[in-house]
Amino acid sequence: MQAEGTVLLLHAAGLHARPAVTLTKTAKTFRAKVQVAADPAGPWIDAKSVVRVMGMKTPARTLLHLRAEGDDAQAAVDALVRLVNDDFQGGPE
Amino acid sequence: MTRLVGQAAAPGLALGRVVEWPAAGGAAVHEAAPPRTLPEALEQAAAQLRELRERTDSAEARAILEFQVEFLGDPALLEPALPLLQQGSDPAAVWCAAIDAQIADFEASDDDYFRHRVGDLRDMRARVLAVLAGQAAAEVELPADAIVVADDIAPSRFLATRWGPRQAVVLRGGSPTAHVALLARSRALPMVVALGTAPIPPGSTAIVDGGAGTVELAPDPQALVRFEQRRDALEQGRRAAERNAAGPARTRGGERVQVLLNVSDATELEGVDPALCDGIGLVRTELMFAEGPPDEATQLAAYGRLLHWAGGRQVVVRTLDAGGDKPVPGWSMPHEANPFLGTRGLRLSLRQAEGFKVQLRALLRAAAGGDGLRILLPMVTDAAEVAAVRALVAACADELRGAGLAHRLPPLGVMVEVPAAALALDRLGPIDFASIGSNDLLQYTMAAARDDPRVSPLADAAHPGFERLLGLVVQGAAAAGIPLSLCGDLAAQPAQVPRLLAAGLRSLSMPAAAVGAVKQAIAGWPAAPHEPPAGAG
Repeated sequence: MQAEGTVLLLHAAGLHARPAVTLTKTAKTFRAKVQVAADPAGPWIDAKSVVRVMGMKTPARTLLHLRAEGDDAQAAVDALVRLVNDDFQGGPE
Repeated sequence: MTRLVGQAAAPGLALGRVVEWPAAGGAAVHEAAPPRTLPEALEQAAAQLRELRERTDSAEARAILEFQVEFLGDPALLEPALPLLQQGSDPAAVWCAAIDAQIADFEASDDDYFRHRVGDLRDMRARVLAVLAGQAAAEVELPADAIVVADDIAPSRFLATRWGPRQAVVLRGGSPTAHVALLARSRALPMVVALGTAPIPPGSTAIVDGGAGTVELAPDPQALVRFEQRRDALEQGRRAAERNAAGPARTRGGERVQVLLNVSDATELEGVDPALCDGIGLVRTELMFAEGPPDEATQLAAYGRLLHWAGGRQVVVRTLDAGGDKPVPGWSMPHEANPFLGTRGLRLSLRQAEGFKVQLRALLRAAAGGDGLRILLPMVTDAAEVAAVRALVAACADELRGAGLAHRLPPLGVMVEVPAAALALDRLGPIDFASIGSNDLLQYTMAAARDDPRVSPLADAAHPGFERLLGLVVQGAAAAGIPLSLCGDLAAQPAQVPRLLAAGLRSLSMPAAAVGAVKQAIAGWPAAPHEPPAGAG
């Protein structure tokens, strides 16, 4: 199963330390392979790796593209879209 | 005496003796054998950080440590050094290759937020090397009056240090947005950064002013007296504000007064407890336009951040109030003979209808994303202006509907700053709320510019004419059922607060720094507890 989604990153500091940790920890709660990109043409980044997600150095107001592959792909994309929309509140502790 | 100037990183005053921050890597040796492989060392370093996190009560500090734990546990970290690892190189060399690649990558970023994470990476680098060398992370012991001087301080070492109330930190490098500065602020530890390479001899006496970003070495007697006076004043102010800042504002009689914040940007609210206030009473959007009009997405993002902070409570966004003393490139009228009586505020926005619609569309879209958003129009004089805005808002809603973008029509209110509008608030057409802009209302009523020292004494809120006008606005709003607030400088002056309460106002908006003192003034009103509040009926 595959799923895709986009969400506008509004967090003032961009996808930096705390948001990157929350995003990757959320992604890791799903079995699906989850990827994130700042450009639909790629590069597509493993959303479960904080090193790679931080390495994107995504500034605020970037449209993030998400895609997932696996039995819970849709749930993973939905959860990540919600997380970014909620300004990274309510991720896993 | 030598006075050094750096950058303010954490406010507060301290007087003490200079101590050079000890270099990392203590002499203490692990009781257990040092780890043999790099993955073992990374796991041990992460375990130390987790233990440190358990002992930390600050949410910000825990988030910083959490980041390091996650980073060290990510297999992607070692990827650049995999060839070295497979060759069986020394673990320390493999580690340096891996982490140095990350450090170089972040140092090259042109975004401050990312560049400043280099401090965390160096912190991890040192910790893992210490683990590999069999050194325990030694806790740093400091004298009670230590003025700690360092090039930079790693966040995890900062956290492993027991800081006392009389200490301060001075960094030759660093930045006010680095993690260690954030930690200093959350601990109320005064900190000055970016002081440069001027000599600061260990053992010398120093006064650190973290709010001003200054360090005075070998202070003279006058400087010491100044320090004592300022420290006492700060302490008194802090105690008074602490007593009053938390919790809702009430008068001596127990009547609730709404306290709102004036802000220009969400960054001003970093570290401000939302419980301090009842919402945001004035968002000045001029700062956002300082370098020309921003696009819709930029504005939407800015409003979204403020709504997020307010958590469903009101956020009153004033549309661009350019002109007068606040020209905006590409927006305001050049060369007006009398800018304060010219095309400013809403008058200007209505002439720049396309640009104004960008702001209105962003506000309508922001309103869909969070409760509490309200639109406030500056310099309203006449009902026709309000009607023109309503027509533009309707056109924006149509455009957004056509584009399939979520939006909502938020409440629309007016600033009361033109005397004609103040006297005829009920004749401006349907409006949902009003906010008195006391700075302009005062100078227009008194015909005296506040920034001209020859006439500014005339711009006095105690003048019976102004007091009477204020009373009329309060009565007019009450009769028309229009909720009323006041968001000018008067609301931030504790000495003026009794006058505003006596006029019948029960909602005030001010900078966050003024809240403690204003709440104290509210709690003390009316001065004589057995008299009914004057003019409140």
